[in-house]
Amino acid sequence: MAPEIAHFALILSLCLTGLQFLLPTIGILKEKAIFIRIASPLALGQSFFITLSFLLLFFTFAQDDFSVNYVASHSNAALPLFYKLSALWGGHEGSLLLWAFLLSIWTIAFSFLARHLPLLFFTRVLIVLGMIQFGFLLFLLATSNPFLRLLPHYPIDGADLNPLLQDFGLIIHPPLLYMGYVGFALPFAFAISVLWGAEKALPWAKWMRPWVLIAFAFLTIGIALGSWWAYYELGWGGWWFWDPVENASFMPWLVSIALIHSLMLSSKRGLFQGWTLLLSIVVFSLSLLGTFLVRSGVLSSVHAFANDPKRGVFLLIFLSMGVGGALLLFAWRAKAVISEANPTQDADTIKVELLSRETAILIASALLSVSTASILLGTLFPLAYDAFTGKKLSVGFPYFNRVFLPLIIPVLILTPLGPLNQWGPNPLNIIIKRIYWIILVSVLLAIGMPTVFTDHITWQVILGLALGYWIILGTLKSFIEKIQKRRGISGLSLGAWGMTFAHLGIAVIVIGITLVSHYQIERDVLIKLNQNLSIANYVIKFQDIQPIEGSNYIGYRGHFIVKRRLISKPEEKNHLPTMQEFNDPNQYTKVAELFPEKRIFVVQGTRMTETAIDPGLFRDIYISIVDQLPGEKWAARIYYKPFVRWIWLGALMIAFGSFLAAIGRRMRTKAMV
Amino acid sequence: MRFIVPFVFFIATAGLLWKSLKLKPAELPSVLVGHKAPAFSLTTVEDPTRVINENVFKGQVTVLNIWASWCSSCKKEHPIWVELTKKYPFSFISVSYHDDLKAAQQWLQKSGNPYSFTLFDPQGHLGMDYGVYGIPETFILDKEGIIRYRHAGPISLQLWQQTLLPLIESLR
Repeated sequence: MAPEIAHFALILSLCLTGLQFLLPTIGILKEKAIFIRIASPLALGQSFFITLSFLLLFFTFAQDDFSVNYVASHSNAALPLFYKLSALWGGHEGSLLLWAFLLSIWTIAFSFLARHLPLLFFTRVLIVLGMIQFGFLLFLLATSNPFLRLLPHYPIDGADLNPLLQDFGLIIHPPLLYMGYVGFALPFAFAISVLWGAEKALPWAKWMRPWVLIAFAFLTIGIALGSWWAYYELGWGGWWFWDPVENASFMPWLVSIALIHSLMLSSKRGLFQGWTLLLSIVVFSLSLLGTFLVRSGVLSSVHAFANDPKRGVFLLIFLSMGVGGALLLFAWRAKAVISEANPTQDADTIKVELLSRETAILIASALLSVSTASILLGTLFPLAYDAFTGKKLSVGFPYFNRVFLPLIIPVLILTPLGPLNQWGPNPLNIIIKRIYWIILVSVLLAIGMPTVFTDHITWQVILGLALGYWIILGTLKSFIEKIQKRRGISGLSLGAWGMTFAHLGIAVIVIGITLVSHYQIERDVLIKLNQNLSIANYVIKFQDIQPIEGSNYIGYRGHFIVKRRLISKPEEKNHLPTMQEFNDPNQYTKVAELFPEKRIFVVQGTRMTETAIDPGLFRDIYISIVDQLPGEKWAARIYYKPFVRWIWLGALMIAFGSFLAAIGRRMRTKAMV
Repeated sequence: MRFIVPFVFFIATAGLLWKSLKLKPAELPSVLVGHKAPAFSLTTVEDPTRVINENVFKGQVTVLNIWASWCSSCKKEHPIWVELTKKYPFSFISVSYHDDLKAAQQWLQKSGNPYSFTLFDPQGHLGMDYGVYGIPETFILDKEGIIRYRHAGPISLQLWQQTLLPLIESLR
């Protein structure tokens, strides 16, 4: 019964979303108040039914109803309940339902939290959200229905969830990522509402900003989780692969940074409204494009998803109507909006001082957009190449590193310059006077620290570290200046705190990436019991390996002892200690004992490598057992990853900062109303 | 007028995507097509004491299938191979990629073994040399041991009839 009710609820919800955009549109065109006011209840209604259908699918999974195709192919009676539930988004159909469910959550949040907005503006946003939801539900019901039964012949047991997905990190990764993706529907809807109404001087940028910030924060955490998961679960030790699916999430992330900053210009200075509107449309378009690329199967990727050409066609039509329509509307109305916003002056003649915060933000947002375009090019180029020449190629690391890095470095240089400069003109000599010592100290530290702590140094390390220190020192300086201006730390707005956190987070990521890329040591080794192995400043001993037996698997568990060298002489760098030396506490101190595992899941015959990591703020020691080889030898991966955690730590700081800024903005908007 | 630029750009992208929908990502090219099979020396799943190297491909057209017991697409593909080997005689060798010896043996016992033998490649070195993207993958090698064709993803009966079988026959 449950799947049928859920299916029916989904159809009801489709009807309600249809009404959600049709009726209020008529209301606005014919000026009928009742049709306008009905938007909010309709949104609530459709959200209710989507939520119901979502919960019922959960229930179907919990019940092990393998007569439902989707459940049979993504779950298994032996799975723990936790994984049964998260198997809901383990496949295409469920992921789409999750998408629709999250959009309904955003819709409800908007209709409750944004009631203070002018009714017409508010209703137009709900109309656009309704259209998007309608398109998605139609897609879901027409091509990807998760509630279809396998009757009369259905399997006794399910095919099981991919063991790689049976992991906490991957359970929460898709919902957070999608929360971000889907959240960008709001700025999109805001932009359409602005273009549609073209009303006089609405502070729409102020209204839009908290929504963008929150969606951005979710997307940041989602991407970071994906990267963290790839690092510890895939067993490759990498954290970013420029995979098309990763790019699909990275592009909206970059453009949303441009949008957040451009919104500041538009709301505080009334500048570049057209550019900001365009960015709002582009961010969501890139989210949709990502969905298309991932779900249509046009790109092959390490994220293997089911291919179905029908889905691709449908998604492309949806994408064309949504994005194409929005951009056409933009082409038609942007001029009107801009001249309404600045009635006294023509948009083209607004003067922006060269040395100002405006310029810093503008250049950075342009560069972010260009770097996104470069990633888009790299992601789509294989398609274009294939379409025009019939040959296949893949674009990998070398392209992205060579093209993306030179574009993003100026953005990093600009990062602290925005907050350090004032709005309006800043005399050059004053700028130099304020920042010359920051540059000096950053460069000195960037050269000095690797010289002291490591034995080799390259210009890339100096550049990366200098950028990191430059952002940290510059951000702290502007933070202190703000405190002085407001006479005390309590005078600071949450927005200022948020910006500081987020910018410091960027620096932390830059430092982490620089150090791990240049100082990591990766050793794929053959090792025997009781053998020692030296990596960086550590000696690792293969102490023991034992067969293990779990509830549904058998396997091996290795035992490694990690000790740190106390006296490090350069000539002893690769010296392998004798047993006596190794056991001498004056020479070697124990850091960790690691137990990497190799598990073979008997029923499904799947095998998993459980990596053991000794995590640290400054380095990870990463061990995974690959396999047993003849002659009592074991193949293992032993990696030393300095500062790798800073990448995810920085991402968390950015997300935290955006949440703070969003809350601060919200409190102020409320206070104003 | 400048406001229409984004729309034009989008139309171009959408056109490209439309065209790309008709492309088949499974037909991955391999830089190896036209080249000699990479050298290796591996034991087999069936007999861990038997060591085999790349010379095994010489003298007949060989179909090389790369799979693992943990790969669900391989499980879907497997019955097709079992059927095909009953109907058509051809030299069929497989590689057990990144797999566990016991799991691979059990899997072959349980679901039938269509292969002449299965090379055991626990660390994926051979797979790496072949540029394996995602398993299952299938290669066809000619009598000289030169790679002639590569297919990524599970095969279908249709693919066999239309592409693989004619190719095998023409190489003979």
